[in-house]
Amino acid sequence: MASANPYKTYLNIWLLLMFLTFITVYAAEFDFGALNVPIALLIASVKAGVVALHFMHLKYEDSMTWVFAIYPLFLLFLLIAFSATDIFTRVAN
Amino acid sequence: MQIIKFIKSLAYPSEMLPPIVEEESHFDPETEHSAAKLGMWLFLATELLLFGGLFAAYAIFRAKYPVMFAEGSANLDVVLGSVNTVILIFSSWTVAVAVTAIQENKIKLVQVMLWITLICAAIFGINKYFEYSYKLSNGIGPGTDIFYSIYFAATGVHMLHVFIGMAVLGVILKRTYEGRYSKEKFTAIEIGGLYWHLVDLIWIYLFPLLYLVG
Repeated sequence: MASANPYKTYLNIWLLLMFLTFITVYAAEFDFGALNVPIALLIASVKAGVVALHFMHLKYEDSMTWVFAIYPLFLLFLLIAFSATDIFTRVAN
Repeated sequence: MQIIKFIKSLAYPSEMLPPIVEEESHFDPETEHSAAKLGMWLFLATELLLFGGLFAAYAIFRAKYPVMFAEGSANLDVVLGSVNTVILIFSSWTVAVAVTAIQENKIKLVQVMLWITLICAAIFGINKYFEYSYKLSNGIGPGTDIFYSIYFAATGVHMLHVFIGMAVLGVILKRTYEGRYSKEKFTAIEIGGLYWHLVDLIWIYLFPLLYLVG
């Protein structure tokens, strides 16, 4: 594709993903309290972003594809945020 | 009379339509390719929201019953989960290589990469089988508690996607031997690859949420 040697790029990306997987498992050994989930989600999101940008070629796609990739994340946010707001603001009768 | 004619048209709609003429796509190949890819991204969006319901359930019940989730998560096999993560990311890499190789007409490389991907997917499935059967033989099932309901539902739906991905890539692999793909014609490999990467993406989130953070 656009890069000079895509195979080399893929290999580097894979090594990066392996490193991040190791970090995920390693970070779980420690207790950060309330930050446990945010830290795990942050590392997972970095991995997901790398997969989408490089393996799924989002980096080289047009703006329309970006809209199709980003908009469902907004819908996912609405789904989780509004369900949670409903559940946790109910007054027990 | 008009009404009878209308009802008849419902029963035999084809008589009302112009005859089907076999013809090529209305678009030039490049437009067709990007349209197919955009369609796949739209499908992946619906897939994300399918898993989104499970992630929402996870977030809410985890907040409600943190102790149950910590105990359940501690009982999962982190080693098997990590091995499966490595296998799935590796197979994502091989698919990415296959998608680039076909654009350089390296059919042999495409076939090798797709074979490796299918073998990785099979190993993933076998690991999952051992994991499930170990849990079930210890009396832990989807009905044990809410954590295991979500665990079995999420990993089960994910496993289904692995099987579908294997079927899709298997058909593509078979067709590479029939010489159906070339550097001019590789849309199927690219969008099949996109589907496989989604399977990987979902697992990237499921693994830490279910196995690690308790």
